[in-house]
Amino acid sequence: MNEQLYHVSANPHVRDKASTKSIMFDVILALMPATVFGFWNFGGRAIVNTILSVLVCVVSEYAWQHFMHKKITTGDFSAALTGLLLALNLPPEVPFWIPVIGGLFAIIVVKQVFGGLGQNFMNPALGARCFLLISFAGIMTNFSSQGPGTVFDATTSATPLAALKAGEAVDIQAMFLGNTAGTVGETSALLLMIGGAYLLIKRIISWRIPVCYIGTLSLFVLLFGGHGFDMYYLAAHLFGGGLMLGAFFMATDYVTSPITPRGQIVFGILLGIFTGIFRLFGGSSEGVSYAIIFCNLLVPLIERFTIPAAFGKGGKKDE
Amino acid sequence: MMKKNSPAERLVNGIFLENPTLVLTLGMCPTLAVTTSAMNGLGMGLTTTAVLMFSNLIISLLRNFIPDRVRIPGYIVVIASLVTVVQFLMAAYFPALNAALGVYIPLIVVNCIILGRAESYAGKNGPVSSFFDGLGMGLGFTGALTILGAIRELLGAGTFFNIQLLPESVYTPVTIFILAPGAFLVLSCMVAAQNRIKNMPPKEKKEEKAAEEQSEEAAVIEEAEGGVS
Repeated sequence: MNEQLYHVSANPHVRDKASTKSIMFDVILALMPATVFGFWNFGGRAIVNTILSVLVCVVSEYAWQHFMHKKITTGDFSAALTGLLLALNLPPEVPFWIPVIGGLFAIIVVKQVFGGLGQNFMNPALGARCFLLISFAGIMTNFSSQGPGTVFDATTSATPLAALKAGEAVDIQAMFLGNTAGTVGETSALLLMIGGAYLLIKRIISWRIPVCYIGTLSLFVLLFGGHGFDMYYLAAHLFGGGLMLGAFFMATDYVTSPITPRGQIVFGILLGIFTGIFRLFGGSSEGVSYAIIFCNLLVPLIERFTIPAAFGKGGKKDE
Repeated sequence: MMKKNSPAERLVNGIFLENPTLVLTLGMCPTLAVTTSAMNGLGMGLTTTAVLMFSNLIISLLRNFIPDRVRIPGYIVVIASLVTVVQFLMAAYFPALNAALGVYIPLIVVNCIILGRAESYAGKNGPVSSFFDGLGMGLGFTGALTILGAIRELLGAGTFFNIQLLPESVYTPVTIFILAPGAFLVLSCMVAAQNRIKNMPPKEKKEEKAAEEQSEEAAVIEEAEGGVS
């Protein structure tokens, strides 16, 4: 017993069981309700696209690391998570080569070329989505769907946000539950919030980014939305588009968000402002993904200005 | 090994070893902006080559007359005069290309390849080697811009020198390649490929030694150019 008591070792002395693998797995688990709902809502095409996207991401990461003689890290689920997030960000009826190109771009160009997990400068899934959105604007903004769930929304293929921008009335309850047009994973605000709550409870993510993000956007919409303090209009902005998916699952990506607590608050506020600007004043009805990848690029700057004081640096010096 | 400052050595140096776009990364503004098609890249490259050859020649001839303290204004006067001439010639004989390249033709005046070569080479060397230095650098620039433009045009529009190579029915153009991000994506791949070819292990020891000497020389020149561009 004495040996253990006086055991000398280098720090850290207290270890946590969390690993990249367990964290990634938890995030995938938290996305499952929204994913399964997306499958039910949009049908077989969405399922095949999601499987393809995950497969391409994992295989391309494995192939790159194999041929570049790097350590194979496909077992940590990070590539699978990227694939899943990418698939959830695609419209339901895209042709099969879209997730393939997107997955290759996400893993090879955005992630591996810059050094793999931990080195990527922007969220790979969102980088790929924006690449696809710019390249294939027609395909990526066609939200019509033949899925079984769309019987609730058979009259229109416009996303609620596009309808809102056009000045049409939207069904808040359907947007909250998810029976609307949109990308595979973004429609159900309720299920995404359940997943987000799971991550918050398990302390995978902190409250700072999602709360600051959604809070700032709410304020922005109330101030500049042109509808005064109309809660109905505000709710449409909060439950519509990719806000919940982005705020809980993509803005909180460890690699591309600030690690400093104050930095996370600044990051969330900036996200809210940019999303608000893009949505209200931009040409497109949605702005979450552009806001997130844009703020990803600001992260090094944000971190630089929000470094916490080292322990012992504060206070007066006793002479 | 080729004789230093001989016309052939200057050409190889400009086109490959010290390619202004891929190695010196000078003149990035026209490189990224006008290369939306192979034709634009070729046109921009040849126009710049014409200016570069004669600016190098004239500046080299005048190098002993221009006082050192006012050499930059002196160079600019020569370059700007040449660009004005070229611009009028383009407007007269290639109006379509002139319209496509737009403001980037007058902007050749401030292209840092031209001032860079004047400062680091033509101002110190004889007229013949300076002329071939300009030609080599210009052709290197033209080659890089044409390849960059061709790749972007092919991927982004499915055409090659305006000829439809990939029919719309089979190939959906990846529009991003003819937009600004595509220029960066393709250029970075080209720089990587050039580095790979340049750094391939030489077959013989003699070549290795020559390459080492050349890369040392390149480093010196690059240092000299740091202040200009």
